[in-house]
Amino acid sequence: MKILVCISHVPDTTSKINFTNDNTEFDTNGVQFIINPYDEFGLTKAIQLKEAQGGTVTVLNVGDNTTEPTLRKALAIGADDAIRVDAKPSDAYFVAEQIATVVKENEYDLIICGQESIDYNGGQVGGMVAAMLDLPYASPCVGMDIDGSTATVLREIDGGKEKSKMQLPIVIGGKKGLVEEKDLRIPNMRGIMTARTKPLAAREATGAEARTSAVKFEKPAPKADVKLVDNVDDLVNLLHNEAKAI
Amino acid sequence: MAVIVFAESWEGKFKKITHEAVSYAKDVANAEGTDVIAVTVGSIDDDASSLGKFGATEVINVTGDAFGAFNASVWAAALNEVAEAKGAKHFVISGTNNGKMIAPMLSVKANAAYISNAIEVPSNFSPFTVRRSAFSNKGLVDYQTTAEKVIVGIVPNAIGVKEHGGDASASSHASSVAADSKSEVLDVDRVKGKIPLPEADLVVSAGRGMKAPENWNMIEELADVLGAGTACSKPVSDIGWRPHSEHVGQTGIQINPSLYIAIGISGAIQHLAGVSGSKTIVVINNDPEAPFFKAADYGIVGDAFEVVPQLTEALKSFKANQ
Ligand SMILES: Cc1cc2nc3c(=O)[nH]c(=O)nc-3n(C[C@H](O)[C@H](O)[C@H](O)COP(=O)(O)OP(=O)(O)OC[C@H]3O[C@@H](n4cnc5c(N)ncnc54)[C@H](O)[C@@H]3O)c2cc1C
Ligand SMILES: Cc1cc2nc3c(=O)[nH]c(=O)nc-3n(C[C@H](O)[C@H](O)[C@H](O)COP(=O)(O)OP(=O)(O)OC[C@H]3O[C@@H](n4cnc5c(N)ncnc54)[C@H](O)[C@@H]3O)c2cc1C
Repeated sequence: MKILVCISHVPDTTSKINFTNDNTEFDTNGVQFIINPYDEFGLTKAIQLKEAQGGTVTVLNVGDNTTEPTLRKALAIGADDAIRVDAKPSDAYFVAEQIATVVKENEYDLIICGQESIDYNGGQVGGMVAAMLDLPYASPCVGMDIDGSTATVLREIDGGKEKSKMQLPIVIGGKKGLVEEKDLRIPNMRGIMTARTKPLAAREATGAEARTSAVKFEKPAPKADVKLVDNVDDLVNLLHNEAKAI
Repeated sequence: MAVIVFAESWEGKFKKITHEAVSYAKDVANAEGTDVIAVTVGSIDDDASSLGKFGATEVINVTGDAFGAFNASVWAAALNEVAEAKGAKHFVISGTNNGKMIAPMLSVKANAAYISNAIEVPSNFSPFTVRRSAFSNKGLVDYQTTAEKVIVGIVPNAIGVKEHGGDASASSHASSVAADSKSEVLDVDRVKGKIPLPEADLVVSAGRGMKAPENWNMIEELADVLGAGTACSKPVSDIGWRPHSEHVGQTGIQINPSLYIAIGISGAIQHLAGVSGSKTIVVINNDPEAPFFKAADYGIVGDAFEVVPQLTEALKSFKANQ
């Protein structure tokens, strides 16, 4: 089975978010980048499937060369090879076009995205790739079994879960549940050593055009100081009369 | 022209967030001098014209053999079919689990730009500009597009329902969209009698400070009195005290209720990322230094085991006197 895991390169979850250049750009200064947490679950799932059923795991990022350490980390965790589409990921549509082009060339059986990238929180790329290639799509995907050319996928719906049977190839938007957190793979010494010699190919982007652009960033207004109250009646009163929340 | 809004339903009834999506669509339509067409897919028992109150002029129910169990690609094709017939250029889709699957697929099928996570009505229409949240609520971004067709995905509960008043005509549209032969729903398992978290307007949430799963009785009682949904911090769902579906935060569900009551939760940055969009935050914690107080509107420094039952009683008498 040929598996493609799409990896978004994102600020660490504890990062302070700042903007620069007259609030038109995200300030990467001092920011630690990591594999998008949702994509980590997908990567581990891919490696587990490969171990159980054979095949290859390719990781893909659309980004400039500063994302290579993130791809190397994915190789150290256990992917076989990496592809970097050398371009600024200018919007989700652009990114999806790049991914769809790579999928068409290499005919993957399974395309694993995350339900969302924790930087721009778009939740767009997976669904766009699926529609571009006319493939089934499941997100947020919290469980998947593969049997021959059929996948059984579990996805979250509002207040519950939905189980479907899908014909490969498929696209999923994964999250925790795909594998459990305790089973997440982390790079070991041997992985880090072998990752250095695993193939990481950079390729040019196709000429797709972005459809949206971020023109202005702003930090949310800081919260006013908390009002501490010492009894529940005052709280109920404030919630009713001041906050109008009840 | 017209603005198409996806009128999501569950078991034949419109979801509450559908009212919000319709009233948002009406704001867009007013600014553009056009009307709102609400599109429902599959069988619906609710009175379709009830959406008129929130601003729909027309409610179109798409019917056909393809619309049994949910399928995002088929649903997207149905919305596109109606939009093309009506010459619609704008779509509004609420960011529910189903909406978030439909919108990106529709964006490809309809050749439309898609801006998700919108938290305000568009500030400009040439070029189309709307404010969305990003960086897990740590940033706000104005997104712009010059595309002819635009899909706006809105954050559930972030904007609120507005009653515009009015009547809607109801009709049905026999669709030619074919079923998806590559995908089949086998089973749907939905918790009965509980408010799905992303839709809950009021949320009571608890963390490791509750010490043990059996202590959640008092959390559920408080939630019952308020008619609130229940949520929890990540470690609580990781150890299995509560189901994963209640885990809120950066790696869980992101919610924007009008009231979020956090009990025995320290307020780690990853937790706040999922709840800081709440309009009013109440924190109950016995540690005055707990970081959550910095993100709260109201706080009680005290032992949850004393404060929570008192609060439940106080709310009961408040409700009794309403
Ligand atoms: C350096 C940089 C510059 C940017 N500049 C701009 C800009 O000028 N204007 C603007 O509007 N936006 C900009 N972006 C944001 C960019 O649009 C998003 O990173 C991209 O569109 C996907 O975001 P999303 O939140 O929609 O992803 P989602 O749809 O939430 O991502 C879902 C999944 O898709 C996959 N995925 C997402 N992104 C990638 C990727 N790049 N490579 C491989 N897989 C991916 C992952 O599996 C991810 O889990 C920039 C991003 C970066 C990193
Ligand atoms: C990559 C990453 C992603 C993460 N994602 C999430 C996420 O999505 N959601 C999330 O929640 N966390 C997330 N976390 C974990 C987060 O960092 C915190 O560890 C977690 O939120 C703490 O949970 P807690 O507040 O329940 O527990 P604790 O931090 O242990 O806090 C318990 C609180 O209860 C209070 N308390 C104790 N006894 C009482 C009492 N009797 N009465 C009142 N108060 C009492 C204590 O003072 C304390 O403040 C993530 C972490 C990482 C690294």
